Amino acid sequence: MAGTQIKTLWKMTWVETKLFLREPMAAFFTLAFPLMVLFLFGGIYGNEPNEMFGGRGTVDMLVPAYMGMIIGTVGLMFVTINMATYREKGILRRFKTTPLRPVIILLDTVLVNFAMTLVGTGLLIVAAILAFDLRFDGHVFPFLLAFILASLSFFSLGFVIASLAPTSRVSQVIGMVLFYPMLFLSGASIPLQIMPGSIQKIADFLPLTYVVKLLQGAWFGEPAGEHLFEILILTGLLVVCTVISALTFRWE
Amino acid sequence: MSSANTIVIAVQDLAKSYGKVVAVDGISFEVHEGEIFGMVGPNGAGKTTTIECIEGLRNPDQGGIRVLGMEPKHSKYRLQKRIGVQLQESALPDRIKVWEAMDLFASIYSLSADWHPLLEKLGLAEKIKATYSKLSGGQKQRLFIALALINDPEVVFLDELTTGLDPHARRAIWDLVLGIRDQGKTVVLTTHFMEEAERLCNRVAIVDQGRIVALDTPENLIRSLGPEFRVTFRVTGPFEQNAFKKIQGVSRIEQKDDRVTIHGKGDRLLSGVVNTLEKGGVGFRDLRTEHPTLEDVFLILTGKKIRD
Ligand SMILES: Nc1ncnc2c1ncn2[C@@H]1O[C@H](COP(=O)(O)OP(=O)(O)O)[C@@H](O)[C@H]1O
Ligand SMILES: [Mg+2]
Repeated sequence: MAGTQIKTLWKMTWVETKLFLREPMAAFFTLAFPLMVLFLFGGIYGNEPNEMFGGRGTVDMLVPAYMGMIIGTVGLMFVTINMATYREKGILRRFKTTPLRPVIILLDTVLVNFAMTLVGTGLLIVAAILAFDLRFDGHVFPFLLAFILASLSFFSLGFVIASLAPTSRVSQVIGMVLFYPMLFLSGASIPLQIMPGSIQKIADFLPLTYVVKLLQGAWFGEPAGEHLFEILILTGLLVVCTVISALTFRWE
Repeated sequence: MSSANTIVIAVQDLAKSYGKVVAVDGISFEVHEGEIFGMVGPNGAGKTTTIECIEGLRNPDQGGIRVLGMEPKHSKYRLQKRIGVQLQESALPDRIKVWEAMDLFASIYSLSADWHPLLEKLGLAEKIKATYSKLSGGQKQRLFIALALINDPEVVFLDELTTGLDPHARRAIWDLVLGIRDQGKTVVLTTHFMEEAERLCNRVAIVDQGRIVALDTPENLIRSLGPEFRVTFRVTGPFEQNAFKKIQGVSRIEQKDDRVTIHGKGDRLLSGVVNTLEKGGVGFRDLRTEHPTLEDVFLILTGKKIRD
């Protein structure tokens, strides 16, 4: 029983991965856009050691921040749109007539979107190493944990929006309204260090800020103890959103 | 259908409301093994609500349902392995390919059997690499039939299968449905096309405002209207009714513009009308006889046309 469910999960994940890549917008924003901004800003600022970033280069600083950008895009745009349109078009209802368990659909959505986040991030890292001598001062395992926590917390936020919004159109708008300010005000695209103090205060209220801080800390190899607050916020977000979306899950 | 037939579905006193809207208001019926059972009625009659309660997709407020010996509410997954469903409203992801959808659904039912012959039979073999959103309405419907049949179900539910299809595609689908029955499967379908019900169904339940107003074979339902039929033609000049009233079997004559309809019964009616037309030198064209259809049954039972 469990075995066939797992086989189905893999099959679903594989099909959904192909569907994700066939969606030009999704493929562009997760795979190509981060590279474009990397080459744009990396080209302007280079990766020379910089006082403002504690002796690190601009690219060393930007790459983990851009990972936050990818996570935000995938969580708030693609998870949301995907779930909401599947519900609205009756695709979920079609699955509801089969012995497929709802948990498989949720897991598959998480897996596909996480895989795409990973691929986008991988491309970013490889490009930054080749073009800008990107430096990684952290440890792989703790960094991966931070990356997974950040991704899951944002995906769960995406599920909540999809569950609560009345239509897929509305969920798309809510996702964008949350995402765009965060993109610019959380350090995910423009370093907070060069922002005025008032923006930095706003940033404290944006969950993506904590993703960027945590990923930068883990990338630079700072001990987890220095980032307990970020870990706490993101874990809290994950737990609350998971509970809400479990309670409000609808097939139609 | 004799009552000796195995009962596959038994619905007893089913009721369901959405807020103040009473969708199903005490419906009872049985479906026998190997028959095509149809629910016909206008939009909003409660057909979809009824069929989806049977499929385990909606929870009734009241009433008992047994399908293949199971209660849909309590044995949802066990039941869904043995039934096939085509929903009135559903879709697949726009960019999924036909073979990917088949492959995915086969995996959901953990099937090892090859589904290619099924696509072949449904005339989708050349479309195997086509994208869902690029399929025509009829092709999408055939794909949904394929998905509903992929697990070799014992009972197949088809909700408004041909709505939105052109007459040609509709006829092609009818043949497929008859083919499903010929494989020994039981089919439950809903439609608001009376002609479809008449052509396909062994038995028909006429549903109106959440209730079954009649349930029988299409022949019996039509026969219940009596032996009357009508002869209708267009006149090319003036028309005088008197001579026609004397024809044996005539009960009533209607005229609307140049269209004349003569109601009546008996073997002599048609020849009597034609002779009278010839004798009186009345110019006419487009003459035909019309026998009562399910459409007439519906009109008489509910006092309204099915498509409003
Ligand atoms: N999910 C729903 N929520 C609210 N009302 C519904 C819902 N589904 C159906 N109805 C209402 O219930 C009645 C019966 O609908 P339905 O079962 O779809 O009939 P049919 O399939 O015969 O057209 C209609 O008045 C319809 O508007
Ligand atoms: Mg309906």
